[in-house]
Amino acid sequence: MTDSQWPVWEVFVQANPGISHKHVGNVHAADAEMAIQNARDVYTRRSEGISIWVVPANAISASSPEDQGAFFEPSNDKPYRHPTFYKIPEGVKYL
Amino acid sequence: MDDAKQLEAFEAKIASGAKIEPKDWMPEAYRKQLIRMMSQHAHSEIVGMLPEGNWITRAPNLRRKAILLAKVQDEAGHGLYLYSATETLGVDRTELLSQLHTGKAKYSSIFNYPTLTWADIGAIGWLVDGAAIMNQTALARGSYGPYCRAMVRICKEESFHNRQGYEIMMHLAQGTPEQKALAQDALNRWWWPSIMMLGPSDDQSPNSDQLMRWKVKMESNDAIRQRFIDRTVPQADFIGLTIPDKDMKFDEKTGHYSHGPINWDEFFEIIKGNGPCNAKRLKARVDADKKGAWVREAATAYAAKQAKEKQVA
Repeated sequence: MTDSQWPVWEVFVQANPGISHKHVGNVHAADAEMAIQNARDVYTRRSEGISIWVVPANAISASSPEDQGAFFEPSNDKPYRHPTFYKIPEGVKYL
Repeated sequence: MDDAKQLEAFEAKIASGAKIEPKDWMPEAYRKQLIRMMSQHAHSEIVGMLPEGNWITRAPNLRRKAILLAKVQDEAGHGLYLYSATETLGVDRTELLSQLHTGKAKYSSIFNYPTLTWADIGAIGWLVDGAAIMNQTALARGSYGPYCRAMVRICKEESFHNRQGYEIMMHLAQGTPEQKALAQDALNRWWWPSIMMLGPSDDQSPNSDQLMRWKVKMESNDAIRQRFIDRTVPQADFIGLTIPDKDMKFDEKTGHYSHGPINWDEFFEIIKGNGPCNAKRLKARVDADKKGAWVREAATAYAAKQAKEKQVA
């Protein structure tokens, strides 16, 4: 058997209640349970989290950096999606 | 895009202060240099656990023991962050570890010195971690995203290492004459290796413009060494210990401490593998890897069995 050092799991940690889990790095582990334990030891030694997600690294699909420009371009020319696009006279409240 | 255009875009991105991420185009020389540097760094964290681990069972009290355990555990974590970051460059950890175990890859020269007394644990935290922080805060401003992020985490944690080391030295220096002598002896033995670990002087290690331009290296070895010395000498003065360098003096004109000649022959001998503990350190790593193989195999077999049972259920 070749020593694979086990598959890679990407680690997401929720720092406090009510906020989203954030990617912090990865760990090697034989299964999900071990991945969560390793992630606790590697990424939350100083109370950095209250919840951990682990995801097999090969299950993640990502957008491609080469296409970054064209891929995100459709939102760049739509400033009217932002509230600051609209001029509201001074004195109008709660808008 | 052809290579010349890609390179131009890559360099422009770095010059703008943006980080390079794993899937971005990068020159082969950049990738290779980073793999070499980052894996050396990871190996240093792992091998660095050995000299300190030597004192865990003999720490003078429970407080010191708990602290040392936490510190050594941090070093393992740092090794893991760095192996992860290195893997983003397309090399896997098995390969990196095999380079360490066969002696093909290097680790920091400093870990080839022995820890003879408890005071050495103080000296390591204060001096070795202090020097490492100087180097790592510079590297955190580099261009490769995963390495920088690992450096930021590591620097935050190293600051505790640095302070607990100084605290050990401070307590010894304020103790009985025997305890103070122990602290001075540790400083005498660790001072020169600590300033050497920041790498050969600039005239022996010309910084390639390319590595600086690519922000793989951020500052010259001598510049980092000078900053370390300037910050550390007053710390030694404060607790009444003497830096073992009769030429060490503060230069009013430059605002820096100037130091005596460094014994680079000793440094290069250690790099070549001829230091006091090189063979011992490498053997400890190889043995740990061999003795742990059955654990990795068992965990793999258990995971496969669990997955199979899940499928059936």
